[in-house]
Amino acid sequence: MSTPATHAVRTPPAAAQPDSGPAATSESAIVLDYPKAAIVRSSLPPVAARENAVLAGFKSLTSAVLPTLLMLFALLAFWQMACASPTSPLPGPMRVWEEAHDVIMHPLKGVTLDLHGLHIEGQGDVGVAAHILKSLGRVLMGYGLAAVVGVLLGMLVGTNRHAYRALDPLFQVLRTVPPLAWLPISLAVFQQVQPSAIFLIFITAIWPIILNTSAGVQNLPASYRNVGRVLALNPIQYFVRIVLPATVPHIFTGLRIGVGMSWLAIVAAEMVQGGTGIGFFIWDSYNSSLLSDTIVALVWIGMTGFALDRIVAGIGRLVARA
Amino acid sequence: MKHRSYLALEGVTVEFPVKGGTFCALDHIDLSIEKGQFVALIGHSGCGKSTLLNAVAGLTRPSKGVIFLEGGVIDRPGPDRAVVFQDHSLLPWLTVAENVALAVDQTARDKSRAERRDWVMHNLELVQMAHAATKRPAEISGGMKQRVGIARAIAMNPRVLLMDEPFGALDALTRAALQDVVMELQAKLASTVLMITHDVDEAVLLADRVVMMTNGPAARIGEDLVVDLPRPRRRLEMIDLPAYGEARGAVIRFLHERYRNPATLAA
Repeated sequence: MSTPATHAVRTPPAAAQPDSGPAATSESAIVLDYPKAAIVRSSLPPVAARENAVLAGFKSLTSAVLPTLLMLFALLAFWQMACASPTSPLPGPMRVWEEAHDVIMHPLKGVTLDLHGLHIEGQGDVGVAAHILKSLGRVLMGYGLAAVVGVLLGMLVGTNRHAYRALDPLFQVLRTVPPLAWLPISLAVFQQVQPSAIFLIFITAIWPIILNTSAGVQNLPASYRNVGRVLALNPIQYFVRIVLPATVPHIFTGLRIGVGMSWLAIVAAEMVQGGTGIGFFIWDSYNSSLLSDTIVALVWIGMTGFALDRIVAGIGRLVARA
Repeated sequence: MKHRSYLALEGVTVEFPVKGGTFCALDHIDLSIEKGQFVALIGHSGCGKSTLLNAVAGLTRPSKGVIFLEGGVIDRPGPDRAVVFQDHSLLPWLTVAENVALAVDQTARDKSRAERRDWVMHNLELVQMAHAATKRPAEISGGMKQRVGIARAIAMNPRVLLMDEPFGALDALTRAALQDVVMELQAKLASTVLMITHDVDEAVLLADRVVMMTNGPAARIGEDLVVDLPRPRRRLEMIDLPAYGEARGAVIRFLHERYRNPATLAA
């Protein structure tokens, strides 16, 4: 903080000695004194003591979550007011809480966890989480299959021009078919609920995965390609060291869209097919005129779908960083 | 038998197929470059400078003519003709050291792991980037990225170093710093360099020869100027030398008098 002061000391003589003869120093050549304020302010105000780390973390969390909570509360209040009358066809939040108390408080009914893993009772009255788990199991199978096949097909279509010309038009047509339209075919071929639901998930999730993967491969920047050529990488090295890592973000875009679509499709499929699963739970509660249960199920579905999306996105970030 | 230079382009013509015919980018280019020479290639945009460089790199195949390097014919890209790309072309998912290591692994397969790692670090030190070895390209500045691009290229121990407007996207001060890096490296390694540039000062300061190209299509070499300035060259000393001013003047006259930019002519 001493530099401004030395400058200020040194400048006045320089300005006071015009050694260039009688020609007066021009306006622009006059060296002005360093502003006093700049010299006086030789110390900065002390930095406030570091806050407790836990407290700071809590504060930032609160500021992030608080607006959402307030909004949620406002919506619930509005809903309650709108559906307050006992004859209202849609139950308000208070009524949901009363009627579906059992469903809300015992989501894991019928689920047991032991050393052999998770067991869900096949028949009878099980909790809403048990239905969710059942649906998740199906999604996991169908989506896992779609991820593997989709990425491989996408790579093939992206790298091979002939494969692209042969397959891309088919993909473009098939991807527009709504998931439920596949259901009759699926049921007819597989005869059973479980495999036909898995097929439905597979056929729903695979298109965005294929298309995004192949687009990623095709849009590989020319400069990366040139690097590969100048380094004379062989085709396998080129694929592993350049194409694959460059495509990872695109693949995960496809995987993320895919998981969202699977979750959409599973509910619809289970509603139609019956048996178990969250879709069946909704249909069942509607048939029993238990709209409160349906609303609880909706919340569960939303939370689960959100979690699935975040998990896939998180894995994508991890892979991209590795 | 006639003597053939270290790098020799003989009657190189490059044509590209376009709608309804062919577009001739380069027309019968003859260019001889001796070992250890630094040649700058200058010309207006669209005159085929990059095409010429790509042909030497092997990324573009000439439709006529042959390019010889040490007597061998160039017919494909290879690490013996390392390229410093204008957009640096570092792979964003690799760290700085890994980017260089990718090139080293490809060109020094007979060396041990430790030797290769040392070679990577040595080359990063040559461009003063060893401190950022573990950073990703997104975490460093444009000038630093280009330093790494240069390190990657020289780490391949190329027979010719090709630079495609390496500093075109950088600000003037960063560019000057990198020019100094290149001059230093060339003095140390005596590499043969072919560099494309738009910048007259850069060409005259760095190069032993400034090859000026006529406007495309069907561009040719218009003038081949030998820059006779002592090395090592220091920017501040050069600007006062008459020879520097003459060389600079010659290039500017070529670019703005004899072959004016087609874009400005139209305006």
